[in-house]
Amino acid sequence: MEERPYRSASGAPIALRRRQHSASCRELSVRCPRLQLRSLSAVTSAVWLAAYGLFVLSQNSMVLSAAIFVTLIGLIIYLHFVKIDQESLLVIGSLGIQVTSSYASGKESTTFIEMSQVKDVVINEAIHMQKVIYYLCILLQDPGDPQGVSEVVPLFQSSKPRLDCLVEVYKSCQEILEQRKTAPQSG
Amino acid sequence: MVLKVFFPSCCSTAESGILIGRWISEQNSAVVLAVIHFPFIPVQVKQYLSEVQQVTKVSISVLGSWNNSKQEKEESLGEFLEDLGTIFSHEPWIQISKEGASKFWSCSTLQKHSNNPKEEEIILVYYDQRKVMLSHLHPPLDTAASTAHRADNASELSAVFDTVARSKVLFMTDRYDDGPIKLTHWQSDGVEASIIVELMKQASVPACMLLTFLLSLISGVCRSRVLKFWPLSFLWSKLSTCEQLRHRLQHLQVISSNKKAQNQTQLMRKANIFVSLLIDVALGMLLMSWLYRKNRIGHLADTLIPVADHVAEELQDLLQWLMGAPAGLKMNRALDQVLGRFFLYHIHLWISYIHLMSPFIEMILWYVGLSACLGLTVALCILSDIIALLTFHIYCFYVYGARLYCLKIYGLSSLWRLFRGKKWNVLRQRVDSCSYDLDQLFIGTLLFTILLFLLPTTALYYLVFTLLRLLVVIVQGLIHLLVDLIDSLPLYSIILRLCRSYRLAAGVKFRVLEQQDGKPLRLLMEINPLSYGSVVHTYRLPTYSCYPKDSWTSLCKKLFLGELIYPWKHKGEKQD
Repeated sequence: MEERPYRSASGAPIALRRRQHSASCRELSVRCPRLQLRSLSAVTSAVWLAAYGLFVLSQNSMVLSAAIFVTLIGLIIYLHFVKIDQESLLVIGSLGIQVTSSYASGKESTTFIEMSQVKDVVINEAIHMQKVIYYLCILLQDPGDPQGVSEVVPLFQSSKPRLDCLVEVYKSCQEILEQRKTAPQSG
Repeated sequence: MVLKVFFPSCCSTAESGILIGRWISEQNSAVVLAVIHFPFIPVQVKQYLSEVQQVTKVSISVLGSWNNSKQEKEESLGEFLEDLGTIFSHEPWIQISKEGASKFWSCSTLQKHSNNPKEEEIILVYYDQRKVMLSHLHPPLDTAASTAHRADNASELSAVFDTVARSKVLFMTDRYDDGPIKLTHWQSDGVEASIIVELMKQASVPACMLLTFLLSLISGVCRSRVLKFWPLSFLWSKLSTCEQLRHRLQHLQVISSNKKAQNQTQLMRKANIFVSLLIDVALGMLLMSWLYRKNRIGHLADTLIPVADHVAEELQDLLQWLMGAPAGLKMNRALDQVLGRFFLYHIHLWISYIHLMSPFIEMILWYVGLSACLGLTVALCILSDIIALLTFHIYCFYVYGARLYCLKIYGLSSLWRLFRGKKWNVLRQRVDSCSYDLDQLFIGTLLFTILLFLLPTTALYYLVFTLLRLLVVIVQGLIHLLVDLIDSLPLYSIILRLCRSYRLAAGVKFRVLEQQDGKPLRLLMEINPLSYGSVVHTYRLPTYSCYPKDSWTSLCKKLFLGELIYPWKHKGEKQD
């Protein structure tokens, strides 16, 4: 098990952790930049200052309690639905690929793609805002057309690692995917 | 190649024996269903397995041996288990052995006919047998349509789920049965059953028969010729309450039919309809108890007439305003007075009718309120119908205004063509040039001028009444939206997803357990439940109303030309 620091597309520090459970099972997890205390306190103070300003204008104390309520609810929604803490990829040769995102509140959302549906894992380029970034994606097989691709599943969308980190992940995945090509010849 | 063994977690503590299950050769995986313990007679085991295979149509066979030794390794048992491989010939013969209380088992395979002596890697996947048996795997929504391609390369996981689900018969024997075969599976400590469920199953048969009988009576009455005479049938088609009652009657017929549900979808639909009806009636009873307490119905009836009067007075004020100089615009005096007086007379008639009905309103409302016990949706539909009846004069005014405006617009467009020397060719459906006589041109131009200068007056009346009509339509539409929501929400599926989330599976997730070098890879397979959005999308009940297919542009075009708009149409109604 090893952990190495990298940078995301926007420059924030992230970490890649690799674990080899067995010859055909590997787990790769990318830890996203944590929630900054600075930005949290900046947003909270901005909302409360605005609420206090409204209170001074309208002399209605409901504004203050509403601001507190809104801040709390907003924080809970942000932590539970928006802020992703860690994204991991579990590749089990001959079973499939499992993609997990864990949120800051502890919630985990998992998708498992069977190996028969996976055509390949590739690094693609995309235009994101004003930049061109690299991203890793899984190509799914089209059941009707052996050469066709039915869907593209992008990985690590929240942490957006840079090319050096993606190349490491790509190499690890391809080593296991290669095994399924050589496997049918034996047994 | 990698060999996958799906092992039920309930058999981890079972005594030594042989493993039975299904071998899926295309995916090189073995699904273990149960463990048969010693002593047994191989012939009886084979006979039992063929019996089970006939009933379940799943090819169950002996897969290998299971050795659970509490103390040190027992050499003799190991050899005995290997010899069993020759009696039950299965390729490959899987041998799993567990020492003491260790978590890490050793797994090996015996291949007699293989020419490749390489050690293949083994993956041990633990699964919860009860949850996998009860769960229903939902394919992703986009591939559900292309099931034709799925047949040849069926997904591995659905094969595993299918195997366990179809082997229910195997799990019916427990260890208290006196038979030659002693099995261990998830129900081997005693078959699970619930007294309440059994009682309800027994009670449901006569209840369904009674309900079917009552429903056939009611539908016979509804279909009788008496109710099909013209004024009545027209009335039934216009009232939304009748539509809702018909819809609910259909639902009751679905529930009370004595045909068993063939597959999961039908079962869920029946359950959803049942729960939806129950909640509807419960909410309706609540509403009724609230209405009839403290004589609220009487208060409602008392305020109804003054409200209708108030609406009529407001309309009269509006018309007086239109007859004057509305918003500073100058109207054509004569036409204004004619239209204004015409509408005022209508309002006067309407108020007289309301006052004629006023002594009976309370009684009618009291009896109509009783029908809220049929469900909250029926009560909401009745409310929508009452609103429609009370604003009937607004509807009439809208129709008059729209027809007048429509006539004017068509007249203007036709005379405009005459003005330019053209004509509409009905045969060819196009505009052709035409030479008119002088007197035709003269009269045409005169009429065109008259219609053009009278346009603002008619347009204003049309605008005002259209806005009022749209307001009423929006209110009615909101009520119908609420009714549709209650009708189509699959409450049973949502509650099932909340309480027994493993029953509705979107897929699986694997968790890697502790590993030890040299031992096979250990994974735990858990069920990944369906998201709430997909649950609602998959199990929605169909409703009877269809929402307007007109886009905003066609709606605006219709409004501009003065065509009558019918925004809320029901399925099966003929388009006007």
